[in-house]
Amino acid sequence: MQLDESAPVLEIRDLNLSYYTRAGEIPAVIDFSLTVEKGESIGLVGESGCGKSTVAMAIMQYMGHNGAIKSGSIKFKGVELTTLGPDALRRLRGSEIAMIYQEPFAALNPSLTLGAQLVEVPMTHEGIGLGEARERALSVLTDVRLPDPERVMDAYPHQISGGQQQRVVIAMALLSNPALLLLDEPTTALDVTVEAGITKLIAELSEKYGTSQIYISHNLGLILEVCSRVFVMYSGEVVEEGSIAALFDRPRHPYTHGLFGCIALPTADKNAAPLRPIPGQLPLPHLRPAGCNFGPRCDHFVSGQCDQGVLSMQGVGDEASHRVRCVRWQSVVHDPESSHGAPQAPIDIGDTVLEVEHMQKYYEVRDRSLAALVSGQGVRWVKANEALDFDARRGETVAIVGESGCGKSTFAKVLMGLETATGGAVRHEGRDIGSIPVRERSARQIGALQMVFQNPFDTLNPSHTVGAQIARVIRKFGVETDPALVRQRVFQLLDTVKLPRDFFYRRPRQLSGGQKQRIGIARAFAGNPSMVIADEPVSALDVSVAAAVTELLTEIQRENETTLLFISHDLSVVRYLADRIVVMYLGQIMERGRTREIFEPPYHPYTEALLSAVPIADPDVRKREIVLEGNLPSVLDPPSGCPFSTRCPRKVGTICDDERPAVQLTDHGHAIACHIPLRELQEVPPVIEIPEAAE
Amino acid sequence: MSDATTRDETIPAGSGALLRALRAIALLRESWIGMIGAALVLFWMVTAILAPVIAPFEPNATLMPFQKPGAVFPGNADVAAGTFLLGTDHIGRDIASRLIWGSRTVLVHAPFATVCAYLVGILMGLAAGYYRGWVDDLLSRLADIILSFPVLVLYVIIIAHFGASAANIVFAIIFASSPGIMRIVRGLVLDLRNRDYVAAAQTRGEPAWWIMVVEILPNARGPLIVDACLRLGYVTITIGVLGFLGLGLPPPDPDWGGMINETRSMALAFPHMVVFPCIAISSLILGFNLLADGLREISLRD
Repeated sequence: MQLDESAPVLEIRDLNLSYYTRAGEIPAVIDFSLTVEKGESIGLVGESGCGKSTVAMAIMQYMGHNGAIKSGSIKFKGVELTTLGPDALRRLRGSEIAMIYQEPFAALNPSLTLGAQLVEVPMTHEGIGLGEARERALSVLTDVRLPDPERVMDAYPHQISGGQQQRVVIAMALLSNPALLLLDEPTTALDVTVEAGITKLIAELSEKYGTSQIYISHNLGLILEVCSRVFVMYSGEVVEEGSIAALFDRPRHPYTHGLFGCIALPTADKNAAPLRPIPGQLPLPHLRPAGCNFGPRCDHFVSGQCDQGVLSMQGVGDEASHRVRCVRWQSVVHDPESSHGAPQAPIDIGDTVLEVEHMQKYYEVRDRSLAALVSGQGVRWVKANEALDFDARRGETVAIVGESGCGKSTFAKVLMGLETATGGAVRHEGRDIGSIPVRERSARQIGALQMVFQNPFDTLNPSHTVGAQIARVIRKFGVETDPALVRQRVFQLLDTVKLPRDFFYRRPRQLSGGQKQRIGIARAFAGNPSMVIADEPVSALDVSVAAAVTELLTEIQRENETTLLFISHDLSVVRYLADRIVVMYLGQIMERGRTREIFEPPYHPYTEALLSAVPIADPDVRKREIVLEGNLPSVLDPPSGCPFSTRCPRKVGTICDDERPAVQLTDHGHAIACHIPLRELQEVPPVIEIPEAAE
Repeated sequence: MSDATTRDETIPAGSGALLRALRAIALLRESWIGMIGAALVLFWMVTAILAPVIAPFEPNATLMPFQKPGAVFPGNADVAAGTFLLGTDHIGRDIASRLIWGSRTVLVHAPFATVCAYLVGILMGLAAGYYRGWVDDLLSRLADIILSFPVLVLYVIIIAHFGASAANIVFAIIFASSPGIMRIVRGLVLDLRNRDYVAAAQTRGEPAWWIMVVEILPNARGPLIVDACLRLGYVTITIGVLGFLGLGLPPPDPDWGGMINETRSMALAFPHMVVFPCIAISSLILGFNLLADGLREISLRD
C-alpha cells in the first residue's frame, strides 16, 4: 500500500451500496461521487435514512455483515479502499482516517481511564513508547482546550461532562494526525452552548492540523458554519451539491427549496410567514418511485418527464461544483417568498389560564457516606426550581428555554401532578394545582392540562393499537362513554391530526416518527384541554417532519384557542412559535418577556450566549460570536450568587458570586435577573443581525 | 422488488390473536434450531394427547418381567398379544407404554407449575420494580434469601415436610423459581417504567395496577417468553430429579424420573430400563432449550 500524497485525500466515484435484509436488497447509496482535497471540509446533509451515515461507513469500509459495495470506487490518497485487505485497512483506520461519533459516552470505554484510551492510538499505529505517547496525548488534550489535562488523563469517562467527553473523542481522533476526519453528527447529543464551543474547536483544529473533514449533519445551519461545500442527500442519492454560497443563495433542487421552507429562519413567522412542510413522506427504500425519488412530493413534478429513466447530476453553470439531480432545474425558480405558507390571522389572546407564583421544587438528597454523617450534612437539597414567576393566557404560546438540567422538565412534572411543588403556587384556571398530585385531581382537571412528550418512539405503548390508546384517554376523561361515540371521537381526532382513519387499527411500530408524534398530539387534545405542555415535541424528528408537526400543533392550537407551553432548547423554533419566552438556567428564571424583547437588547448575558450559539441556516444573517467557557455547575452545589456567575462573560465582580441578582423590570414587563443595570444591558449590540434587504 | 420484501405484510398486522400466533410460527421457520426444538416439544405433546390411543399396553399392568426391547407378548386372558417395543421393567410393565403415559405427567405438571411460578414472580416483580422503595427492598431481600439456598435442598425440605404429592411438587417449584422470575421482571420494569407512555398514563391519572398490567407488562413479554421456555426445561429436570429421589409422584403411576430410580440398580444388566426414560427426559428438555434459543435468535433479529 503506497499512499500518493499528491492525489486528492478522498475520491469516491459512482459508488453504489446495498444492504441485504430479511426484506431483500435495499440500495442505501446510489450513484455517489465526491472528491475531497487536502484541508477541505465537506458537509453531507439529509434526513434520516438518506444514506449519509452509510457513506461514512463505506469510507471506513465498515458496513456490517449485511452491507456490500456493488460498484464504484473509493480512493484514499490514490489507494483503492474497496479492495484493500483487513491488515492494510487496520493500518489506515484511526491513523489516516478517523471518525467522531454522535454519542461521546458510547464512543469511550467506561472501564478504562481516558489516558489509557488516548495513548493506545499512537502506540498501536506508530509503535512509540508509553512516555512519548503520553506527552503527545497531553499536548492534544491541551489543544482541545480541556482544563487540567493531567487530571483528565487519569479520569474515567463518567467523571467528565458530555462536552468534555466529546473533546476527548476529538483529541483521540486527532492524535495520529489523520488526513481525513469523518464527523457523524458530532454535536447532536450536546447542549447548544456546548455545541457552539465544539463546532468552533473542530474548525480551528482542522485548520491547524490541515485535516480534511466530512461533516455529517441534519442541521443546515451547522453545515453553513463549518463547511465550504455541501452535498444534499435524499433517499440514497445526492440531489444537489455545491459551495456554501451557491447552495444557500441559489438552491436549485426542489428538495433543497423544501428544506429551507421547513426551517424556522429568522424571517419566518407563525402568522405572517409560516413554515411550509414538504408534502408526503420519504419513500421506503424498497418502494422508491421510478425516475426522480423526490417526484411524488415535488411541486414541479411533470408526468412523463420526472418519472422516467435514471436521473444524473447536471452542472448548473454558475460555478463548476454546483450540480443538481433534477431534469427540470432550469424551469424551477426558487423564490424565498413562496417558500412560506399562507399567512394566518394571529390568535386572540384571552384571560389568564396559568399563573405561576414563586413556585419552588426542591428534591431531598440523602448522603449516607461516613464523611456526611460526621460533618452532619446528611441531607442536601437540589433546588430544581427556584422562585418561578410567570403566567400564560388563553391562546398564547409561552416557551420555556434552557439547556439540560435547567429544571424545565421538573416544572412540567409539577404542572402534570407527577410531583408536587415545595413552595409557592401554580394556578390553572384559578385553582392551585401545585400541591395536588395527579391521583387527587378530577378527570376534568386532568383532561384540561395535557402533555405532548418528546420522544416519538416512546410516547405510544407498542403493545396496543392506536385506536385503543386514544379511546382509553377519551373514556378516562369522561368525554364520551358510549363505545360507538368514543370511536367516533377517535376518528375525529385522527382527522384533526391529518391521519387516515384506518390508523385506528394500527400498532405504533407500523408508524413513522412523525405519525407517532401526531398520535401523541391527538391523545393530548382528546380531553379538550385548555392548556397543553409540549416538551421538545419535534426535537427528535427530521427537519421536514418537524415542520409538519409544528404547523399541525399551531393549527390545532388556533382552532381550540389552547394555551401552549412549549419547552425547548432550540431558540430558532422558539422565536418562530412563541409569543412570550421564559429563559431558565439552573432552576431559575434569568429572563422573561415577549419574543421580540428576548431577541433584542437588553439581554441577560446568558440569553445573549444562547442566541449566539444557535446555528442559523442563512448566510446573510450575521452573528456575534460568544463562546461560553466552563461547564454547567452541578445542581447539588450551585453558585451561591447568580447561578450563571461561573460562566458569565459579563461578570462584574464578586457581587455576582455572592448575591442573588434582583429582577429588573422594564415598562412592558420584560424581566431580567442580573446585577448589571438595565441601562448598560440596553447598550449591548444585538447578537443577530438580519439584513434589511431580506424584508 | 422480490416477494421476500412483502412477506411481512402478507399477513395483516394485529388482526386477531390467531393470526399473530401464525405469524410467530412463520418467523420460527427462520431458525432451524428453533424448528428442531419445536418439533421435539410438539412430538411429546402429541404423544401425551394421544396416549390412550397409541400406548400398546396398560402402563401399570404387570405382564412379563425383564423382557428385552422387541420381545413379543403372546397375550393372555385379559390382555391382547403385542410387542414390547422398548422391553419391560423388573415387574413386567411395558416401558414404551409407561413412557407414553408418563409424558402426560410431565407435560401437565411442568407447564402448570411454570405458569403458577410466573404468576407469583410477575406480581412480585411488577410491584418491586414499579413502586421501588421499601416494597422493592422487602421483596428483593426475600428473593435473595430464597435464592441463597441450593435449589435441591429447598425441594427436599419442602416435599419431605409436606409429603410427596402433585400439589406439593407444584408448590415447591413456585417457591423456588418465582424469586428468579421476579428478578427478571423487576429488571424489565425498572427500564420500562421510565418510558413516556407510562408517564402519559400517570398524567391521565391511571391507577397503579392498570399501569403495571396494561402499560408495562405486555412490553416485557419478549424476554419473558424466552425465559419461560428455558424455565419449562428446568422444571422438567426438577420433576425428573424429584422422581429419581423418590420425592416425585407416588407410585404406581408412571413418572419418568421414578422409572429411572426404580430400575437403576439393574442398569448394567438391563440398560434398556434406564436408558429409554433418560432419553425421554433429555429430549423434552433439549426441545424446550432449543425452542428458547430459536425464539431468542428471532427476537434479536431486526
